[in-house]
Order: sequence, then C-alpha cells, then structure tokens
Amino acid sequence: MKMTKFFAWFAIAVGVTYFFVPLAGTFEFSLRMRRGEYSLDAYGSVFSDVQFQQTFGFSMLMALLTIVFGMLLVVPTAYWVRLRLPQMRPFVEFVTLMPLVIPAIVIVFGYLRLYNSASYIPFTGSLLGTNILLVMSYITLSLPYMYRSVDTAMRTIDVRTLTEAAEILGAKWPTIMFRCIFPNVMSGVLSGAFITFAIVIGEFTMAALLNRPAFGPYLQLVGANKAYEPSALAIIAFAITWLSMGLIQLVSRFGKLTQSRP
Amino acid sequence: MSTASSSFIDRRTIIDWLGIAPFLIFALMFLIVPTLYLVSGAFFNAQGQFTFQNIADLFTPTIMSAYWISIKVSLASSLGGALIGFFLAWAIVLGGLPSWIRSGLLTFSGVASNFAGVPLAFAFIATLGRTGLVTVLMRDWFGFNLYSTGFNLLSFLGLTITYMFFQIPLMVLILTPALDGLKKEWREASEILGASNWQYWRMIGLPILWPSLLGTSLLLFANAFGAIATAYALTGASLNIVPILLYAQIRGDVLHNPNLGYALALGMIVITGLSNVLYIWLRMRAERWQK
Repeated sequence: MKMTKFFAWFAIAVGVTYFFVPLAGTFEFSLRMRRGEYSLDAYGSVFSDVQFQQTFGFSMLMALLTIVFGMLLVVPTAYWVRLRLPQMRPFVEFVTLMPLVIPAIVIVFGYLRLYNSASYIPFTGSLLGTNILLVMSYITLSLPYMYRSVDTAMRTIDVRTLTEAAEILGAKWPTIMFRCIFPNVMSGVLSGAFITFAIVIGEFTMAALLNRPAFGPYLQLVGANKAYEPSALAIIAFAITWLSMGLIQLVSRFGKLTQSRP
Repeated sequence: MSTASSSFIDRRTIIDWLGIAPFLIFALMFLIVPTLYLVSGAFFNAQGQFTFQNIADLFTPTIMSAYWISIKVSLASSLGGALIGFFLAWAIVLGGLPSWIRSGLLTFSGVASNFAGVPLAFAFIATLGRTGLVTVLMRDWFGFNLYSTGFNLLSFLGLTITYMFFQIPLMVLILTPALDGLKKEWREASEILGASNWQYWRMIGLPILWPSLLGTSLLLFANAFGAIATAYALTGASLNIVPILLYAQIRGDVLHNPNLGYALALGMIVITGLSNVLYIWLRMRAERWQK
C-alpha cells in the first residue's frame, strides 16, 4: 500500500511538473519585456494594440452569433428528435459527432471549393457571405459539444409531459419552445455556450483560410513578428479558457440545484 | 396538432420530418456535401474524367514523408499521452490520494484539453524555445545547453511534447470513469485466491481496461492528426506534416494539381475515420463491463 501511495504521488508530481512548467515559463517570459526587471509592459502593449481590440471584438461577435444560431438549431432539433422522431436519434447523434472525425481543415477546404464566387451559392463572393460561412463553420465545429450538453440536459426533463401540459393550456409552438423547453434546458444551453466560446475565440484554421480578421490569425501574426507579446497573449488565452470552464462548472452545479427542487 | 383521424397521418409524418429539416439542411450544406465534394474530387482529373491517378500520386516522396511525420507525431503523442494520462488517472482513482487532488486534476484537465491552438505553441516557445525558461535555466544552473544535444522545438520531438499538453488531460478525462468502474470485489476476489498485485493487473485490470485504453489512444491519435494551428504557429511551414501541406495547398496550390489536394484531404479523412471507427467499436466492447 505504501508503494502504491508513493507511485501515485510520483505520477502527480510528474504531471504537475509537465503542466506547470510551461505555464510558469510563459508567465515569466511575458514579464521580461523591460530589460533587467519584471514588468507588465507586454500586457500593456497587447491591450493597447488596436488590432488586438478589433480582432478580439470580431471573434467575440462571431462566438456570440455562433452560440445564438447554433442553439436555435440544436435545441429544437434535440427536442423534436426526443418528442417525435426517436428512430432518428442514432442518425442525428452520428451527424453531430462527424466534426470530430473530419478535420476542420478538410471541412473548410470543401467550403472554399463548393461556395466560391463562381458557384451557385457564392458565400465567399461577398464580405457578408464569408462572415455567414465563418459562423456556419463554427457551428459545425461546436456541434458535438452543443448537441451533447443540450441532449444531456433534456434527458432530465420530461419533454412529452411538458409539451402536453403546455398544449392543454393553449400554448402555440413558439411559446412551448421559448418559454417551456429553453428555460428548462438552460444549464445545458449555457455549458454548451461556454465551451463553444472557448473553441471559437482563438480558432485559427477556419478564420485564416476564409481570410477573416479574427483573433486566431492575429495571434499567429503576433507570434511570427514579436517577442514578448505572444507569451502575454498565451496567458490571456489560458485565462479565458479557464474562465469558460469555470463558468461551465458553476452552471452545471446551479442546474443540479434547480433540478433537485421538488 | 390533433391527429385524431387517420387521414391526418400523412400530414403528421410530413410535420415530423419538417421538424428536423433545418438540421438536415444544415448538415448537408456545411458538413456532408463539402466533404463528399472533396472525396469525389479525388477521383477525377482536371478534365473531369474518372481516374485513380490522384490517389497514386499521393505515393510520391514529399507527400509520403508528410503522412509519415504526421503519423509518427500523432502516434508518439497519443501513446505518450495515453501512458502518462493512464498513470495520472490511476493515481487519482486508486492511489489513495486526498480528494482535492482528484477534483483539482479533473478541473485542470477540462481546461488544458481545451487549451490548444496558437497560444499553446507560444507557451512552449517561451518554455523550451531557444530563449525559453527551461532552456535558459538549464544553461545557467547546470551549464547544459539543450540545443547542443540536437533538440529542437520545431521538430518531431518538440511537436510531440507540445501536443501531449492537450493529449494527457483528454486521456485523464476519458479514463477516470473507466477506472472508477473497476469493482472492488474483483480485486478482493483475486486477492483471496492469492493473486499478487502484478497478477491482478495482468489478468483482470488491464484485460478489462484495454478497450478503453486503446480506444482512447485512437481518439487521441485522430485528434493530433487533424490539428494544425499549434503546429503552424510553432514551426511556420518548416515542418512538413499533412495538415500544413494541405494548408499550403489550399493557400497557393503548391502541388500544382487541385485534384491532388482533394486526394490529400481524402487521405486525412480515411486515417481519422478509421481510427474513430475503431474507437467506437472498442468503446462498445469496453462498456460491457461498465453495467
């Protein structure tokens, strides 16, 4: 038993070293901008960069649109499959997992060939079209996570009874959808939203190949041209990821509390 | 929506299908058709004639070496991630450690498995790059020059070490429930029958776990194989792996044959697809023990 405990601590020590050293190294490096002393200059330089503000704002907007339209697509589908088309469940689940199998770069390659300006649906022919295509590509990327978290939340509520109760009270389908179903799966919607945010905010492949001024390509550009700012940006990105995951834990804990209410 | 009389059945079926029509249209437009377009494009030449030439052209030294490096990096990072991830999961489930270590490691794994892409490359440049913290400390404290040993972050080994930062946490997250599923009774029964610790793991623990272990390794493999952002930010275009080659091809047709690009994409889908199919099959085997 003593040996077990020793090896367990040893494994944890190796893990902590491997994970902690790069983060510490990055943080230390980000403070080195001023010669001879530690300072937050790199962070100041990052935050005052107009391009940082613009690309970060652009990616925030894209993430928001992805979450809104993604959820408008995913929640009714998950609801409908549970209520009316249970035989389609395996198929829909399979499709939602496909983005994990097909690499993002392949998907966007398909878009570029299929929706170029000479095609029937020239998404990439205009700025608006390209932005729409980018949001669609982000919905595709986050489909596995959104669908799974919404479907898990829906498992805990009785969709059929809720729908019938609402229908008896004379509710039309928009009322059922937005005042019954959405509020009841809110914990799933929110955790799906936060993981989507974490994925979209620094996404590189789609934005770079669709030529949009997003945060991911900006990060790459800074990395190629500057010394200390990339480390500061990595710390900021890590903080954002940590924040998103923390919010997911908070939301799921909150969701459990409301569910256990009689 | 009342469907009391049978004449409404047809209309009801139509409504049922209309309900998931948006999803089907979305999936077709942004997932299925684009992929099929590339897959079918791989079998045609520029004149629109059916051919296997593009597939045959994949077997040229440049492209084969790209696939080979990609496979090596993915294999090494998935096996390394699986091994270290397994020991970490084992330590928090069966190692008898305080419970805050378990919850702390699981929370951190949730974060780190999503911390990929460009920032991850920055973190490792700041750590193991030529002026990174570890490189500098090793030189100043031990007089050891890491880069004189032939180590280079922008290489097979460097990329593997970097990829393990998201591979290990993913393994921990997937394997912890599997280890939780190992019943105490199995261990007690084997001990009563006189089995040693080693015999328990060799004859009971690992045979039950191997579908989970191998399956998750395959998932990690596919995960690393399709990744591009980290590699691109780390090495620019200097490391010849498949996603970077495909990226260059999309950007500027470096292969001088668009249909060869489709074949390159097809090769990626085949490799990630195969490893995912195997993963699903192994997971079904693994779930037999988790009832």
